[in-house]
Order: sequence, then C-alpha cells, then structure tokens
Amino acid sequence: MIEPFLSNPFMLRALIAGMLVSIACGIVGTLIVLRGLAFMGDALAHGVLPGIALAMLFGLPGIIGAALGAIVMVGGISLITQRSRLSADTAIGLLFVGMLALGVVIVSRSNSFTGDLMRILFGDILGIQDSALITQALATLLILGTTTIFIRPFLLLCYSPEQAQVAGFSVKLYHNLMLALIALTVIVSFQTVGTLLVFGMLIAPAGSAVLITHKIESMMVIAAAFGILAVYFGLLVSYHFNFAAGASIACIATLIFFIIFTIQNIRSAAAH
Amino acid sequence: MELLKNSPALLIPTVDDNRLTLVAQDLDIGYNSTPIITDIHLHLSWGQTIALVGMNGSGKSTLLKTIAGLIPPLGGTIAVFQAAPGKLPHRIGYLSQFHTANSILPLQVIDIVSMGRYPWRGLLGKFTSEDHDIIHAALEIMGMSEFAHQPLQTLSGGQQQRVFIAQVLAQQADLYLLDEPTANLDLAGKELFLQALEGEKKRGAATVVATHDIREAAECDWVMLLAQQVIAFGSPQQTLTPENLLKTFGITMVQQGECMQLAVVPCEHKHC
Repeated sequence: MIEPFLSNPFMLRALIAGMLVSIACGIVGTLIVLRGLAFMGDALAHGVLPGIALAMLFGLPGIIGAALGAIVMVGGISLITQRSRLSADTAIGLLFVGMLALGVVIVSRSNSFTGDLMRILFGDILGIQDSALITQALATLLILGTTTIFIRPFLLLCYSPEQAQVAGFSVKLYHNLMLALIALTVIVSFQTVGTLLVFGMLIAPAGSAVLITHKIESMMVIAAAFGILAVYFGLLVSYHFNFAAGASIACIATLIFFIIFTIQNIRSAAAH
Repeated sequence: MELLKNSPALLIPTVDDNRLTLVAQDLDIGYNSTPIITDIHLHLSWGQTIALVGMNGSGKSTLLKTIAGLIPPLGGTIAVFQAAPGKLPHRIGYLSQFHTANSILPLQVIDIVSMGRYPWRGLLGKFTSEDHDIIHAALEIMGMSEFAHQPLQTLSGGQQQRVFIAQVLAQQADLYLLDEPTANLDLAGKELFLQALEGEKKRGAATVVATHDIREAAECDWVMLLAQQVIAFGSPQQTLTPENLLKTFGITMVQQGECMQLAVVPCEHKHC
C-alpha cells in the first residue's frame, strides 16, 4: 500500500502533487458548490486549453498560456452577459465549446497531436517535476491564505450578493476574486490532473463534503481529505493495474461521492 | 440648491436635523436610467417606521434598493445618516425579498444569522462575546433557538424566513430596510416579527418596510402609497383613504366606528 510511493520517486512526486491539488480543489471547490458556480469552473477548465496549446506551440510555460486562456474566458463571459440579454450559462456554454475547439485546432498543428492533447486534457501526474511541485505548493498556499482572509465576503456572496453589497463588501471585487481563485486552481492543477479532470477534483470532493457537514470550514477540510483519498487510491490502482493515473483519481473521487450519497439516502430512508 | 439638484446622487441633506435617519428630496428611482418613480420626498426620524405600500412592480423594492445603495438614484438627492447610500454598511440592515430558489445554503442556521455581524467585524475582526449574545438573542426573538445547529435547507420556507429576519436583527442596525418580510411567515412568525420590530423601535432604530399588507401598514408611523408614482405620503389616517387605496390597489378601506375595514371595489378599476 505504501511501498510503490517509497521505492518510486515519480510516485511520491505524484502523490505530493495530487495532495496539493486536492487541498486547493477542496477549498475552491467548496466555494464553487456553495455559490453555484460549477458551470463557471467547467468553463475555466476548458477555457485554458487554447492558451496552453499556444504556449506549447511557442515553447512557453503552459501556466502562462493557461492564465491567458482563463482571462479571455472570464472576460468573454462577462462581456456577453453584460452586453446582451443572454444569461451566464448560455455565454459559458458557447465559449467553452469554442475555446475547447480552438484548443484542439491549435494542438492539431503539432506533430505529436494525440499525445499533447491527452497530456493537456488528462494531465501527466506521473511525470511531475520538482519545479512544478514548488509552483503547486505556492499556489495552494496563496489559495489557502486568500480564502482565510476573505471567507466572510465569500460566504455572504454565496448567501446573497445583494446582502454582501449592503454589508459593505463589493460584490464585483469579491466575485472576481473568487473567479481568480478558480482560475488559479485550474491553471496550476492542469499539469497534474489535466484540464478535464481538474473539474472533477473541484466538484466531486466538495460535493461529497457538502452532503455530510454544514460548516464551511469542515466542508473544505473534508473535501480536501476526500481529494487526497482519491489521489492515493487512484495512484495505487493505476500503479498496480496500469490504468491511466489522472482518470483513476477522478473515477475514485466520483465513486466516493456516490458512496456518501448512497449512505446518506439509506440513512434518511431509515430515519423516516 | 438648484445647481446641486441637477447632479444625481447628491448627498447633502437639506434638513439639518440629526434626528433624521433618511432624507430624500426630488428623488428619482429606477433601473438603467429608466425612472420608475420620480420626485419622491421622504424623511424618517430615529425610532420611526414607514410602510411602503403598493402592488408588485409599484416601485417599493426599487426604493428600498436605492436607499440601501444597491442601485444609484437617477436624480434628486438622498442621504442616509447624512451620507451617501451604501457608505455606512453597519448601520443599515437590509432584507431582500424572499426567493425560495436562492439563499438556501447547506449551512447551519446559526452561521447564517452570524453573517449579520459581518458589517461590524469586517474581514478579520474576531467575534466578541457581545456578538455571540446578540446572535443568540436574535435567534431567540424569532423563536429559532432550537434550530440553531440545523442546516438551513431542512427548514420550511416560513422558518427560513425567520432565520433571514434573525440575521438582519443580529445586525442591530440603526435603519432597517425590509422587503416584504412577512410575506412567507405564518401567524406566529408575523407576531414575533412585529414584536421584534417594536423592540428595535424602542432602541431607536428606524424601519422602512415594503408590504402589501394594509393592516401591517396601518401600524406604522408613516405610510407611503406607491403605484409607479407616490400616491400619498403621511400618517396612516391621512393616507389609507378609500380614494388612495383605490388608486394604489383597486381596493378600498371604509371607516366603521373606530376601526378601518377593507372593502374590494367592484371591478371598474384597471387593476381588476
């Protein structure tokens, strides 16, 4: 159970990277679930794809391209919702397919099309470098710190944007800060679990946590713990059975959700 | 004064009386520069209550939002505690109109009520024992103490509304802006709310309450009848006249000895 992580440095790096992603996703995912921003998280996860693809084409760090993609995505969504009568989910639906397609178009220019695309979409957790771990750790710290400081306006925003505004917390500022945190999580996690699977890590553990606790701090801690559990078992399964690592992690995260969900339903059925 | 009048959102109170919580002169309100009501004159002293009475779409909520600083005034002047709306968040308690779909967070009741203290404590200020006392007192007043640690979404709509009212009460504001606070309450809830309001009034707080309920309005110190214009503003006796109610609702009140009785006018009116 522990041996693969001790005898293979790449497995240990994968475990550490996965744990950092889990902590970041546990915190930000809880905010997403409470605020009802799941679709926005999805949009950002896909929106970064063309940015990463472009960065790869020009030999730049993927993170810079991802950040650019995230900015274009968020900017595009606010532009459409403000300048038309379309709602945010229409804008998101439109842009995320557009950005995903654009990403694929750009990647298709490269010689190793399938490999590159797979790496962006599903991550390369077993090929994580030490430098990526450091970036990952710093980003996770930043997310943890920002959320700790701004938890009150974030909570008020989840409760009611109007109430937040009247309470003296700028809705615009804190909404954008929340989006920035989501973007940051997606940007630094894509190397580990990929742009597609990071969305699963954002939603599944947080969704499970919301089912079993009613305090926001416990939700974040439990979501992170579920994430870490999924990473650990996902890596183990992938090591022993030679499954794709990132996808195994996402599968187990979703499985945890359904186990909790089923237990909850059986318990509430028994209570009635 | 003429010069100043032309600049919208002007904040200089024209009545120099520090017993006044709220002063509006020639106030035009509406969304996106489309006025809904123009030329509102309004002043409210400490410890007084005013009911905004009108049908849906009459401009009640718009006026409350303007006072709360959520939307800018389109013309004229408005001052809340001699400052611009929205500048003194801890002194203004705002309760938005009840919507079943939003605001139902999977959080504990007590955490929702605690949000009422955020305007006082800001981002990182620690809650004092006084804060905790106030939070528990607010729960007690609305009869929700026993539900303190229950998740909000397990409560009925009426109980949730009591929690939202408790949150506003926990703010110990100097001016309350309440948008149809009793719309979803049962009889007991309404009674608790009216008692709570009476308590706040004794403390010196002023209240602006939007309502359809003419009986509730008749209990207030002042009444403003709205139907996309100010139909009447004054004491309940002055304003709740048959002609005015007919203009506001298409229904009327008739005097029967000491008390006023509600009577529906035969359907000639355009509202019918």
